[in-house]
Amino acid sequence: MIKLLVDNWSSFISGFGWTVLSSIVALFFSLIIGSLFAILEVMPSKVARVIGNVYVEIFRNIPLLVITMFFYLVIPLYVVKINGFTAGTIGLTIYTSAFIAETVRSGINSVDIGQMEASRAQGMTFWQAMRYIVLPQAFKLVIPPLGNQFINLVKNSSVLAFVAGFDLMYQGNAIASTTFETVNTYIVVGLFYLVITLPISYYMQHLERKLA
Amino acid sequence: MQNWIDAYSWINIRFLLQGLGITILISVISVVLSFIFGSILGIIRYAKIPYFSRIIGFIIDVVRNLPLLLIIFFTYFGLPAFGFKPDTIPAAILAMTFFESMMIAEIIRSGILAVDIGQMEAARAQGMKLGQAMWHVILPQAYKKMIPALVSQFISLIKDTSLATIIVVPELMQHGQVVYGQNPNYIIPVFVIMAVMYFVVCYALSLLSKYIDSRMA
Repeated sequence: MIKLLVDNWSSFISGFGWTVLSSIVALFFSLIIGSLFAILEVMPSKVARVIGNVYVEIFRNIPLLVITMFFYLVIPLYVVKINGFTAGTIGLTIYTSAFIAETVRSGINSVDIGQMEASRAQGMTFWQAMRYIVLPQAFKLVIPPLGNQFINLVKNSSVLAFVAGFDLMYQGNAIASTTFETVNTYIVVGLFYLVITLPISYYMQHLERKLA
Repeated sequence: MQNWIDAYSWINIRFLLQGLGITILISVISVVLSFIFGSILGIIRYAKIPYFSRIIGFIIDVVRNLPLLLIIFFTYFGLPAFGFKPDTIPAAILAMTFFESMMIAEIIRSGILAVDIGQMEAARAQGMKLGQAMWHVILPQAYKKMIPALVSQFISLIKDTSLATIIVVPELMQHGQVVYGQNPNYIIPVFVIMAVMYFVVCYALSLLSKYIDSRMA
């Protein structure tokens, strides 16, 4: 196993790099998109709530692979040429944003309604109250679930292997099919994933216990 | 427009529905098996048996933090190295069950932890054995609390069966690929209908979960 790791070190590391890059980019954009839809879901306007709800329900109930393959196949066909990495990251972003919207919305809902009422009574607009009063409190509450979403995101980034996204899983398959050492390769790939996910997972458990 | 009509010919739709059938079959078998194994593992982890619970707990944490796709690959391409070569559908069920058991074990454990400790103490004080108290007092309350989490785990299991297309399991995603493989003009119509099929199944389950939850509260 050590020999396999040393021989294919550069492939593993480049796969690891693409996985991390894709996860961080997708996390960044899905946090923004997810928060926006979460706010839509709690807005006073009924139309906004419906839009937010429809988005979240649609993308939460469709497999990530369907979304990713759709972008991989359709965008190059009708819009613009993109590679597997970009298509995969777009798919990941959209899928994850629906889950983040759900998480952030539950965070907003658990902030006492009096906070919003008091801010509005002080003459703040809805958006000001959201931005300065409600969201800072909501985000503090949802850090552990958001951490879990990030873990899911890293694990889900393995679908990039379907669209030739150069990620860890993709490199692992390439190595497994050239060296024929399938078992060892998949164990090494697994260890690389655990390097990212296990520490976050334990840290989030620790945070949850501290907050509880 | 003609593309959509051609893509939605009865032969194609029937083929996709067959795929959906396999998807549901794999999901149901996996969820039943992983509910059983997950309950056992969750209780072991909860019971704090010296060393044993620690080891099981660590295995649960490790598997939960791996991509399911990796486990599917390992089951199908890795296990033959140990002289065990499952067919595609059993391999998918095996991989899903292994992964989901660990996920469900965590749900079960946190469900048990959410039951007031006084329940266990009172049951033990009445002279019940640990196993009796667990079976008659703790678990019925814990399962009730876990229903929403279990259903959402089931929903993600259904969605995750699409990953099994990589080992050519004839489920919905795989059948979709066969259909749009005939003609690139079918890609969008096929994705739309696939998305609708997954959505209907998953959304119906999530509505059911909300309904049960509201009835119990």
